[in-house]
Amino acid sequence: MDNNEERGSPVGRRVFLGLIGLGAVGVATGSAVQGWLERTVAPIIGRDPTGLLSLLPIGRFRIYTVTGGLPERRRADYRLQVRGLVDEPLDLSFAELTSMPVTRVARDFQCVTGWRVPDVQWAGVRLRDLLDRAGVQSDASAVRFVSFDGAYAESLTLEQARRDDVLVAYELEGQPLSSQHGGPARLYVAPMYGYKSCKWLREIELTARVEPGYWEQRGYDVDAWVGRSNGRDDSAT
Amino acid sequence: MTTASVQPPEPDLERFDRVERTVHWATAALFFTVMFTGAALYAGPISALVGRRELVRTVHVVAGLALPIPLLVGLLGGWGHNLRADLGRINRWIPDDRVWLRRRTRDRARLAKFNAGQKLNATFLGAAIVLMLGTGIIMRWFEPFPLSWRTGATFVHDWVALGVWIAVIGHIAFAIRDPEALSSMQRGRISARWARTKRPRWFEDMTGNPAEPPKTPR
Repeated sequence: MDNNEERGSPVGRRVFLGLIGLGAVGVATGSAVQGWLERTVAPIIGRDPTGLLSLLPIGRFRIYTVTGGLPERRRADYRLQVRGLVDEPLDLSFAELTSMPVTRVARDFQCVTGWRVPDVQWAGVRLRDLLDRAGVQSDASAVRFVSFDGAYAESLTLEQARRDDVLVAYELEGQPLSSQHGGPARLYVAPMYGYKSCKWLREIELTARVEPGYWEQRGYDVDAWVGRSNGRDDSAT
Repeated sequence: MTTASVQPPEPDLERFDRVERTVHWATAALFFTVMFTGAALYAGPISALVGRRELVRTVHVVAGLALPIPLLVGLLGGWGHNLRADLGRINRWIPDDRVWLRRRTRDRARLAKFNAGQKLNATFLGAAIVLMLGTGIIMRWFEPFPLSWRTGATFVHDWVALGVWIAVIGHIAFAIRDPEALSSMQRGRISARWARTKRPRWFEDMTGNPAEPPKTPR
């Protein structure tokens, strides 16, 4: 080594080890810190007129797709089918869907990977209203949801599906639901982790039993209550 | 030559040998891969543009696992003498590094091979490789870890990623502002004039000749 630097002090090593230590502390406490940031800083980010702050990893949606590209369908071409163990199968256009009574729900949105978006406003049709309109037969005990992305599927028990806070949503924050958020219409299951809320909803099928969904075949819990599944302890949404 | 009035041209100095340059560019290529695939996994509009989430995630994970390999191969092999010496230089801070860090006294600093900014950048990115690897492994293979670690790992991964973007953009910006230094990372050698004026202590150690005294600010 250079004579000139032989006498130097090992600042580099101290900084390096300090950063590693800080990272370890971050892994241990990050869950609490992230929760705190999303309660205190996320509202400020929401008011930032430039939108640049929304790039920060606080209180933001992450867009997950499981197929190539983003599934897109125009509202004029959109169809939603309700079929399976029903008295009268439905095949609704977007206009027919939105002509049904509207329900609004505002709740936190929690992903199983850890991010949470506070106080998200959804509008749509209660799933129960659609089920009642089709007439659920007595041998049905579960509902299966199929995405028009060609790969994703989810399911709920009939009891879960009939909750007040389970919607077929077509509006987010007062705006028409965009493709990246699952539009024209998606499932929204307020009390469960985001993977239950099947995007780009094409088909609702009444079945005799619950069929595990896309991520559930890859290890996630079938009953996805926020804070009571997947080994997580988030506060309920 | 016999003409006494003509100075013989000073030979260039070797700044980075072949091993160091190979490690640098291999690491850079892997960093770009994880940064852009990471952005595609993280930012909504880019995710929407790129899609193919499972493929992007696979590329991100493989490139991330490979990220430390060039550096480790360079450091551990018998060929890594100069790389190991530079790692030692990055570790050791001389009083002039602190003089350089203060903008007011920067012109007075007589630097060795690396300035304090280069040392901090290399130290941060080295730590970032370890942190991103560790937290990335927890995010990807989360089952054996305690519940809250996955969120904590995501938290650290996110913020260190932001730091990596800032550090890499800054690194490239400074390189572009000093084309001679940039080209020495491609060709290895740098002019004696550059070394004498910008890194006088390194020049002295390499050549055994005194460098010019630092210029007084005009």
